[in-house]
Amino acid sequence: MIKTTFVAAAALALVAGPAMAQQKTVKIGFVSTFSGPTAVIGNDMRNSFELGLDHVGRKLGGLPVEVIYEDDTQKPDVGVQKTKKLIESDHVDFVVGYIWSNVLLASLKPLVDSKTMTVVTNAGSSKFAGELCSPYVFSTSWQNDQTPEAMGMYMNQKGIKKAFLIGPNYAAGKDMLAGVKLTYKGAVVGEEYTRWPDQLDFSAELSKARAANPDAIFVFYPGGAGVQFITQYVQAGLKGKIPLYQVFTIDELSLPRLKDLAVGIPGAQEWVNDLPNAANKKFVADYIAKYKKRPSFYGAQTYDAVGLINSAITAVKGDLTKKDAMRKEMEKADFASVRGHFTYGNNHIPIQNFYLQDAVKEGDDYVLKTVATIVKDDQDRFHDKCPMK
Amino acid sequence: MLYFIEQSLNGVQLGMLLFLLAAGLTLVFGIMDLVNLAHGSLYMLGAYFAATFAVLTGSFVAAVALALIGSLIVGMVLEVVAIRRLYERSHLDQVLGTFGLLLFFNEAVRLIWGPAGMTLALPAAMLTAVQIIPGVFYPVYRLVIILAALAVAALLYFVVMRTRLGMLIRAGASNREMVGALGINIKLLYTLVFGLGAALAGFAGVMQAPILTVQIGMGENILILAFVVIIIGGIGSIRGAFVAAVFVGLVETVGRAFLPDMLHRILSTNAAATLGPALSSMSIYMVMAAVLVFRPEGLFPAASR
Repeated sequence: MIKTTFVAAAALALVAGPAMAQQKTVKIGFVSTFSGPTAVIGNDMRNSFELGLDHVGRKLGGLPVEVIYEDDTQKPDVGVQKTKKLIESDHVDFVVGYIWSNVLLASLKPLVDSKTMTVVTNAGSSKFAGELCSPYVFSTSWQNDQTPEAMGMYMNQKGIKKAFLIGPNYAAGKDMLAGVKLTYKGAVVGEEYTRWPDQLDFSAELSKARAANPDAIFVFYPGGAGVQFITQYVQAGLKGKIPLYQVFTIDELSLPRLKDLAVGIPGAQEWVNDLPNAANKKFVADYIAKYKKRPSFYGAQTYDAVGLINSAITAVKGDLTKKDAMRKEMEKADFASVRGHFTYGNNHIPIQNFYLQDAVKEGDDYVLKTVATIVKDDQDRFHDKCPMK
Repeated sequence: MLYFIEQSLNGVQLGMLLFLLAAGLTLVFGIMDLVNLAHGSLYMLGAYFAATFAVLTGSFVAAVALALIGSLIVGMVLEVVAIRRLYERSHLDQVLGTFGLLLFFNEAVRLIWGPAGMTLALPAAMLTAVQIIPGVFYPVYRLVIILAALAVAALLYFVVMRTRLGMLIRAGASNREMVGALGINIKLLYTLVFGLGAALAGFAGVMQAPILTVQIGMGENILILAFVVIIIGGIGSIRGAFVAAVFVGLVETVGRAFLPDMLHRILSTNAAATLGPALSSMSIYMVMAAVLVFRPEGLFPAASR
């Protein structure tokens, strides 16, 4: 009896096999950092992605969703290995994630070669936006240079004549400093690149900055390194003497740890918690209700990936083999983004606004607030190098 | 020149921190002949203790004191429970065993404190820089680290050279069977020495906590530097650890500060920026290699070893 059942089940599985290959679920591979100190970023991205799926009833274009989360441990070699595993053995329909530009650059080739639909939700290397752009790869974040370019414009507005630049020595750090130098019109009196990710003591660099006597310091340190930089900047007695202008260094993840140290330090960002659109209000309110803390920009960008993918699968009525139709739909960016509506450039990088944000204390709480729009509908400057039209 | 003084102070400050870490490591390695990869975990625990006690007591000084006691207790318990079983084993077994402990502590910290890390806020009075000589401003807290480490160095020198406990430690280093034969409780002595080493590592972690964030695995990178220090200084020698720590701190920091600018004159900005930090961190290992070739026992070998 047991044997018969078993045979029957096996036969059933054989029949069901081809039917399942016809895609009754959407498989999504999610690559981010879930271990080590920067796991807080990966967790925030995962939280936001899960919330996004909750908001669409855990169905994308009517198909149930299966997400496979993979930890890149912040290392390019691990990232590419996990990416290949998702493509080759899990046969995922979409790959989502990537915090780090160097991890993305390493993982890009297998994604492009296999024509896997990909939504990058943070990393924004200049090469990725330019010559390495690809028809099936989209970004819901920005190109690295854009945010510091906005910061450079703001530094001009503030009349900064001499600036000292500090950042980590890897793909994104170089892009960020190149970005600010493009728009900032004053003199650059010093430029420091520190070992990444293991150098966490910036005493020598801060002494250098003090000796150069600039009007301002521009800095980029993502994740925990940002907490360390700001802490040491304040400990060196520089706050109030040499103002700091930052990108991606103070965010919703670092602010609860920095508290007063971060108050009054301006930053540029394409998304802030308090952007007044309906999608954003729902996202922020539900995130706080579910996870008891505020989402970060990493999360907001990842939440948008759900909307983007949903629009694509809806357009092809669940037929995931129609990649070109999905691509055409995604190029319209026809979904309710938490940053408000944006459009895609030819290289699939958003053309979007950048805002000035400030860290303020409200009662016992520390929050990031939108102060002004620095630049409207900004397009990255590498789109010309992208062969796609 | 003034700028050079400031950068040298940065180097000395890093050196002092390395000394606190290396002193405990060299005591344990030199006297108990134990390779302890979990030393960095004790450094991490010290930092976590301080951050936790600061929240509980609201006082920075109390947090530091309680964290020191906490590290001492953890060290002694660890010795009795686990480390004791490794003395008779080969160095490879010790490396494997203590590496296991390192993984254990990382995971334990993740379970207890969560993955996000903590911060230890400084009292407002320390969030500033003072003018130590005209034209040189230096962060108050980094000065505190230098002075505290100097005080620890003096205390350690006094304990090891001038007290009965120190005499036993030195005797245990030269001939442990003989010390045992003379009726000294060598087991207790080792527990004490390991606890002392743990407290020193914990103190280094406490001192570093306000500068760096308190996070999982924070002791691992710096432990490598501490090993370099004890190899250059001579295994088992506290004086050697002190000199080598200051030396390594200076080479690392001054190299980082000046090499990129010097390279800048002959290379492009990008090449200089990449090469500078790489060369300055390499220079330490080149010094270590030179020491190993010309004085394999280190600059200040401990007596009769």
